[in-house]
Amino acid sequence: MNNNSLWSDAIYRLTRNKAAMFGAFILIMLIISAVLAPWIAPYSYSYQDLNLGASPPSAEHLLGTDILGRDLLSRILYGARISLLVGFVATGVALIIGVSWGIIAGYFGGRVDSVMMRIVDVLYGLPFIIFIILLMVIFGRNLWLLFGAIGAVEWLTMARIVRGQVIGLKNQEFVMAARAMGVSNLSMFRRHLLPNILGPIAVYATLTIPQVMLLEGFLSFLGLGIQPPMSSWGTLIKDGVESMEEYSWLLIYPGITFTITLFALNFFGDGLRDALDPKTSEN
Amino acid sequence: MLAIFIKRILFAIPVLLAVASITFFLIKMAPGGPFDADRAVSPQVLKNLNEAYNLDASNWEQYIDYMSGLLQGDLGPSFRFPGRSVTEMIGTGLPVTFELAFYAILIALFMGVLSGVLAALKRNTYLDFIPMAIAMIGICVPTFLMGPLLVLIFGINLEILPVSGWGQLPGDKILPSLTLGFAYAAYIARLSRGGMLEVLNQDFIRTARAKGLTERMIVIKHAMQGGLIPVVSFLGPAIAGLLAGSFVVETIFQIPGLGRFYVEAAFNRDYTMILGTTIFFSAMIVFFNLMSDLAALWLNPRSRDVS
Repeated sequence: MNNNSLWSDAIYRLTRNKAAMFGAFILIMLIISAVLAPWIAPYSYSYQDLNLGASPPSAEHLLGTDILGRDLLSRILYGARISLLVGFVATGVALIIGVSWGIIAGYFGGRVDSVMMRIVDVLYGLPFIIFIILLMVIFGRNLWLLFGAIGAVEWLTMARIVRGQVIGLKNQEFVMAARAMGVSNLSMFRRHLLPNILGPIAVYATLTIPQVMLLEGFLSFLGLGIQPPMSSWGTLIKDGVESMEEYSWLLIYPGITFTITLFALNFFGDGLRDALDPKTSEN
Repeated sequence: MLAIFIKRILFAIPVLLAVASITFFLIKMAPGGPFDADRAVSPQVLKNLNEAYNLDASNWEQYIDYMSGLLQGDLGPSFRFPGRSVTEMIGTGLPVTFELAFYAILIALFMGVLSGVLAALKRNTYLDFIPMAIAMIGICVPTFLMGPLLVLIFGINLEILPVSGWGQLPGDKILPSLTLGFAYAAYIARLSRGGMLEVLNQDFIRTARAKGLTERMIVIKHAMQGGLIPVVSFLGPAIAGLLAGSFVVETIFQIPGLGRFYVEAAFNRDYTMILGTTIFFSAMIVFFNLMSDLAALWLNPRSRDVS
């Protein structure tokens, strides 16, 4: 290889990892079909064929229909939009909070650091799932609140990781040189620190997405997440459970889709971690 | 050791008080009162209700009232179930949830440690790959899917286990405990495999081998003590997860435990019940985190020496 930068090295290793590439392939397909859902879905997600009712998979309805005669494949495709959207946006929220928190705590150190990390320790020990439910109950079940609430829970580990990385970086010569040249704090964070910790951030973000999607599925399953007529995979599974005795396909297909997606994300995240940090993969 | 213990306990108290206060005022921000849900009541009845539940006092008065009750273990009356107190409802739900969580942890530890240790010892053989692949499934199949699938297979198709209930039919505790335990078994398997692999490469294991100890002795007496520290520190946070899992499992299997009470209270806007259970759950989780941290600290000889 002629270009030996960290990233090209990592990409090389990543492409050699079959499980990670398989995960990436599934994810890309999923994202494409979620984005294109209005064009590729055979039916609208709300189109009801009440004469048909719940019917098993057939040529017209590849994955069957639900009790209201709605095409399951179309509903899964539209559900992917919501589930993936929650996954990415809530992870983004967690990323912004966690990275800023970690950089500030790690860079300033001292009392600022100990107070900020103490807060993280305390929050770690609390039953956050209950607070999300509480917020959903108090302020109504709206999508933006869901993003914010889930993101507000998942940032803690990110803050710890980033802080550790920044502490390792801040005594290196290039940071000292930048400080000596009078670089402002903000551009220090943006130009000097952030680019050097992108690797761990990317890895942890990839591994946060499946956790966020699980959380959304969990809330939707309890009826506290996404509300009809919108549907996510969590609500589809919830509906499937209610009628699984007679119409088991309504549970099985959304369940398989959800599980495969989580698999793909975990495989890709693990692969990315191994690629960026070859030391850990030796175990 | 003792100093750390006392410090941590002293720190937990203000945290719990803060949680109680924040939850209290969050709930006061909720739109609508608890009595305007399904049917309209006359203004006079509403006034009496508000008076009976002390809702017409100022927020501060109510707060001081609630907190002083809390310190005596009184979490107030339930808004939804007249005549029953929140403390009483927690009292009926808690044993059920504890029993469920206990079985789940037992299953998780047994399956997880066994397969994790075995996988580490037989590294890169099928005894490593197969349990780890199953563990990956356990991590990726969420409880709310695992439960219904187990019901579908064992309850509806094979008809060998009851599909719901708790302690009413023989064997009805099996599926809920398995559902809840399986995900944790998967995490524990991965953690114990990783921990064991790390320990098995260390010098003291080589020394033990050189001494001529049997492999069984090495694994049980020497390697597992260090290798399972990650599992011990995982158990505290796992309790928090088990609790969330109990919401799902108790809903699926219609188990009258604390988790189901909480979800029902959330739907019914039974504010005092939500408030009481939130505080109670927080206290429990803080307690279990403390216990698992201390256990991990105690198991690790290095940190024992320092303190």
